[in-house]
Amino acid sequence: MEQPSPPNDLRTTAQLYPLGDAAVVLQLGHTISEATHRAIQALGHSLDQAPFPGLREFVPAFTTLTVYYDPWIVSRNGKRNPYNAVADRLHSLLRELPATAETQPQPVVEIPVCYGGRFGPDLAVVAEHTGLAPAEVIRLHTEPEYLVYMIGFAPGFPYLGGMPEQLATPRKAQPRPLVPAGSVGIAGGQTGVYSLPTPGGWQLIGRTPRRLFTPAAASPSLLRAGQRLRFVAISEEQYEHLLEHEL
Amino acid sequence: MSCSILRPGLLTTIQDAGRYGYQQAGVIVSGPMDPWAQRLTNLLVGNPAGTAGLEITLLGPTIRFEADHLICISGADLSATLDDQKLPLNRAMAVRQGSTLAFGAARSGCRAYLALSGGFAVPTVLGSQSTYLRAQLGGLEGRSLQAGDVVPAVGPTPAGQQLHQRLLAHSPDQRWVAAPWYPEVAPAPASGTVTTVRAIRGPEYALFTDESQQDFWQQDFTVTPHSDRMGYRLAGPELHHHTEREILSTAVTFGTVQVPAGGHPIVLMADHQTTGGYPRIGQVISADFPLLAQVPPGARLRFQEIGLTEAQYWYLRQEKKFQQLQRALALLHYP
Repeated sequence: MEQPSPPNDLRTTAQLYPLGDAAVVLQLGHTISEATHRAIQALGHSLDQAPFPGLREFVPAFTTLTVYYDPWIVSRNGKRNPYNAVADRLHSLLRELPATAETQPQPVVEIPVCYGGRFGPDLAVVAEHTGLAPAEVIRLHTEPEYLVYMIGFAPGFPYLGGMPEQLATPRKAQPRPLVPAGSVGIAGGQTGVYSLPTPGGWQLIGRTPRRLFTPAAASPSLLRAGQRLRFVAISEEQYEHLLEHEL
Repeated sequence: MSCSILRPGLLTTIQDAGRYGYQQAGVIVSGPMDPWAQRLTNLLVGNPAGTAGLEITLLGPTIRFEADHLICISGADLSATLDDQKLPLNRAMAVRQGSTLAFGAARSGCRAYLALSGGFAVPTVLGSQSTYLRAQLGGLEGRSLQAGDVVPAVGPTPAGQQLHQRLLAHSPDQRWVAAPWYPEVAPAPASGTVTTVRAIRGPEYALFTDESQQDFWQQDFTVTPHSDRMGYRLAGPELHHHTEREILSTAVTFGTVQVPAGGHPIVLMADHQTTGGYPRIGQVISADFPLLAQVPPGARLRFQEIGLTEAQYWYLRQEKKFQQLQRALALLHYP
């Protein structure tokens, strides 16, 4: 794991710029790191705790926090420059960023995965590409604790950090027209779980019976940026059981 | 209180102001492509501005009203008729039970909005009634309207009911009655001409070659048929970046012009993804979304550069105009 950078570095390298006339982007450097991620989480948390009038919502990503606002409300009905008002607000949030941007420790989410077979038709492709036995691919994939850096691409879709480098496999030359929801895949150095049925080119190594996106739930995405997760290998019987009884 | 869909048209969906607050869960905003036209229809029938109505694309649906309703149509002129009589745009209209609304040729623009006083009675999902087709959320069962659908309506708002009765009192025998007054609104652009939309530089503008930067502002682009509520794919000069530097996935929004490796820009629209990894060369200003939304496939588009301060000036000006209209209409609804 990387050493957290001193937050002063993040403050001095932080940049603010507009994304159109109703959003501000706070950029903390250009490389993915846990320290940057923690700072972005802490800033988002501050906004949640003390939302300013006119704040619409914010979207955390790898190195950015994008803050959407209503310029009419922020400007107090046209009396102030809306961009400057929001930028000032974010500058003061940056100044108040705690010396060590600690986020609340959260329990590790376990994602049960049935690897290989009909749920993981590309397990053999990954094994062949990496020169590992299929069982070794599964062992390496279930070993680390992954960090959810951001949710994007589709509802509930997590961008994960922490996959062992040995597992890196290029995506398929021809994307599949339809990948079932819950499919766990590898694309280059990334791993992830398809949250909805969608076309996709990732190498599918297994499938989880857990639903990553439940529109009826108050919190529709199972995962949030900042959480940690672990994949746990299960049998096909366990998969069917979980699908039937728990979800 | 309901509407029967006799023919669905090309793409007719239920949209309210949009689903805000869930982008960090990867849930897109949706909402109307032309927010001005949609808000206008609502104000004219006495609704809060964000009430759910229909967004109608190019080939309009045929709809039978199963009760008396106060309605308004705005946005594109798709030759709307009621029982074969031509209907005006941008006016509150009292329509009778059993009357049939139909659409013909697109005379200008490509997206029309239909509001009913009180709105439609479909479930609110994650705080919004907007239809999100890919995730099958919101609207009527998360899909576009189909023949045979009966879309339940809430019933008129007090303001709408009052206006409805006043309109009928003047002309009790008419099949339908339009309010004699209408707001002054910018007309939708005629199809076949070049529509100029204003844009500010995108966050990755500097990554593009000088030539591509110039082309972006000076050349015309054509909206290809592979364009939808998610984005407009543009044909025209190819835009290239200097470097192979990878852009980390980050937030994108309505009006973001992103350029994939092939060099053909995409303007993101109401159903845009929450995040993307392509360089963003420009960002269309909010005040011009109504223009952008009405550009049909095959028509041409040009970007005109303005600064952020000016963009926000136009935003505030448009909003002020809207607030004034809202106050004026409140006086009309409650004289």
